[in-house]
Amino acid sequence: MILRYLFILLIFLPLNAFALIEVDITRGNLNPLPIAVTPLSMDENSKKNFKEILKKDDIGSEISIVVQNNLKKTGLFNPLNKDAFLQKSDIAHLKPRFEDWALIKAQALITGRVTFVDEKLRVEFRLWDVLAGKEMMALAFTTVPNNWRRVGHIITDKVYERLTGEQGYFDTRIIYVAEEGPKIKRIKKLAIMDQDGFNPKYLTLGNELVLTPRFNPTNQMVTYLSYFRNLPRVYLLDIETGVQEVVGDFPGMTFAPRFSPDGKKIIMSFAMDGNSDIYTMDLENRVVERITNHPSIDTSPSFSPNGKYICFNSDRSGYQQIYVMKSDGSKVKRISFGKGLYGTPVWSPRGDLIAFTKLHKGKFYIGVMRTDGKGERLLTENFYQEAPSWSPNGRVLIFYRETKTNSKGEGFSAKLWSIDLTGYNERLVETETDASDPSWSSLLSK
Amino acid sequence: MTRNIIISSTFHLLIIIIATMSLPFLVKKPIDLPPIISIDLIQITDKTNIPFAPKAKKIIEEVKKKEKEKEKLVSEQAPPKKVKKEKPDSIPLPDEKIEKIKKQEDKKQNPEKIDSEVKQVSEFEKEELFDPNNIAALIDKSKEERAEEIYEKNKLTQDQDKSINIIGLSLSEEDALKAQIFGCWSIPLGLPYNENLLVRIKLKLKPDGSVIRSEILDHARMNKPGQGFYKVLAESALRAIQLCQPLRVPTTGYERWKDLQLNFDAREMLEG
Repeated sequence: MILRYLFILLIFLPLNAFALIEVDITRGNLNPLPIAVTPLSMDENSKKNFKEILKKDDIGSEISIVVQNNLKKTGLFNPLNKDAFLQKSDIAHLKPRFEDWALIKAQALITGRVTFVDEKLRVEFRLWDVLAGKEMMALAFTTVPNNWRRVGHIITDKVYERLTGEQGYFDTRIIYVAEEGPKIKRIKKLAIMDQDGFNPKYLTLGNELVLTPRFNPTNQMVTYLSYFRNLPRVYLLDIETGVQEVVGDFPGMTFAPRFSPDGKKIIMSFAMDGNSDIYTMDLENRVVERITNHPSIDTSPSFSPNGKYICFNSDRSGYQQIYVMKSDGSKVKRISFGKGLYGTPVWSPRGDLIAFTKLHKGKFYIGVMRTDGKGERLLTENFYQEAPSWSPNGRVLIFYRETKTNSKGEGFSAKLWSIDLTGYNERLVETETDASDPSWSSLLSK
Repeated sequence: MTRNIIISSTFHLLIIIIATMSLPFLVKKPIDLPPIISIDLIQITDKTNIPFAPKAKKIIEEVKKKEKEKEKLVSEQAPPKKVKKEKPDSIPLPDEKIEKIKKQEDKKQNPEKIDSEVKQVSEFEKEELFDPNNIAALIDKSKEERAEEIYEKNKLTQDQDKSINIIGLSLSEEDALKAQIFGCWSIPLGLPYNENLLVRIKLKLKPDGSVIRSEILDHARMNKPGQGFYKVLAESALRAIQLCQPLRVPTTGYERWKDLQLNFDAREMLEG
């Protein structure tokens, strides 16, 4: 009986809990996060050794500058000026005085140390939450000293991932077509560089015209199109070993070979009997399979990250528009319905968006839309720009932009540009020569 | 069997009745709305902003002069009146000394009292001379008086304040708090927006709005596999609270908001 009364009493006990006031916070700011990147500290012996090997006075500072520049370029972080730092970096690495860092408005802090161990470079770094006064992450890397820039990129990837919840894209490379000479007699070479424009290397000599290089999403293989004796050839190139092989000679016009998500197939379009359609080729047995069969011009195919769908552009409706179909060519559906012409669709590695080039009223736009065609957003507008390629995390697009020439054909240039999904963070990607047709690699260190 | 059903039904009915009578969210308190004051907005133009007529101007000036004279007279005459009450001839006894001191204190207070009297007289006279330019001032004063009356009638103690717990924050109070936190919350942009992006944080606050304790209510979700983004989101919300404190909370009714729950939801921002 008593238990019954107790039970009834218990029902009415937590009445006061209803009194808790709840406030919904549904908006925030997109201001860059203030972050302090301290120079990585070094002992005298390590300093001396690195100076001999790398000809750099302070490799710790150099690595921190790589991290700082990477973070700044994202538009999501605001690295603070080192002159404002109140605590020395070596002491901060052991135990930061959070009040000092909060005083200069830092919300996150990166500290670290570089040492010379067994002819190798060892980097320890820590990420601190200044406001909470706690360590968020601590990692160490050991590598050959010449890899010091990559260490900076890997640190940035880890920091970016920890603070944004998204995979980084800094320890990556970009393959592109390096261009030199006048517009009518252009020399085009295949080139590769780090995502920040450093360490450029030329992979071909420029004797043959090269077009549309594309990275394999799973490794460091590249496929590209080259004209040999005026015949289009699709090549495979292993960046690590430098080994190159011809995938096949194809009749007529061949366009934009691209890997499937598992890297086992190549998808491309070529013209057969005057009709351009989409084909895949299995790289193991070299069997070619026809995917579309339509009298219109179907080009620029790109697989979805799960490999189940393909987006491409076609003029089957009368104008060039973007279509999506199943990977076997069935259930073709038009997804772009805006004014103008749509081309070069590329499926995001996240799978949620499709990037495209749009031509409308004489201007070129780079934009994104959802995979059902809704939510079209034009990110940037210019005289001539095209060929967007996604960063491996699906947050940034790299593309190329050409300038207008004068009546004599002078003043022409082509440069690489990047823009993030907000559309505000547009940046020129520095290259030694003119550049076009960029393609972003997957992360080198997974 | 039938008997058991009847007993069970009666018991359930009883519980429902008790719950209806006692649970706070079921009881709808009659809303005590203040009386509606209608305000007409009149544009001041040349027609409505009429200058004083020459005759009226003269009269007002005369009255104002009189007022000044009266003020002067009253302030000069007041002290001698009080002097008359003193008895200089009598011999002061020890008890009387104390009274004397008190009276002297009164003397110091007298001029102030007279001042207030003078003010009352002049206000009264001003009311007789209705000045259309002073309507706003009159309205304000009436408001002040009414507010004072209401305050005196409804002087709430902290204990009585508990009774308005259920009401929560007013819209303006909530908006002020939201606006503050909006500015402090840097949303991590890499979150998957097709996931549940709600972080609920319970706060214990000091009367000045600074945070004594913060607690993530779905803490267990942080360590679940595939929920790494939730940790990033929760940390960003905690950073926002740290950065914003002291929070912009109402100056009164501490009992009402000393425990506060903030629901951070990033979906709206990320979906754009």
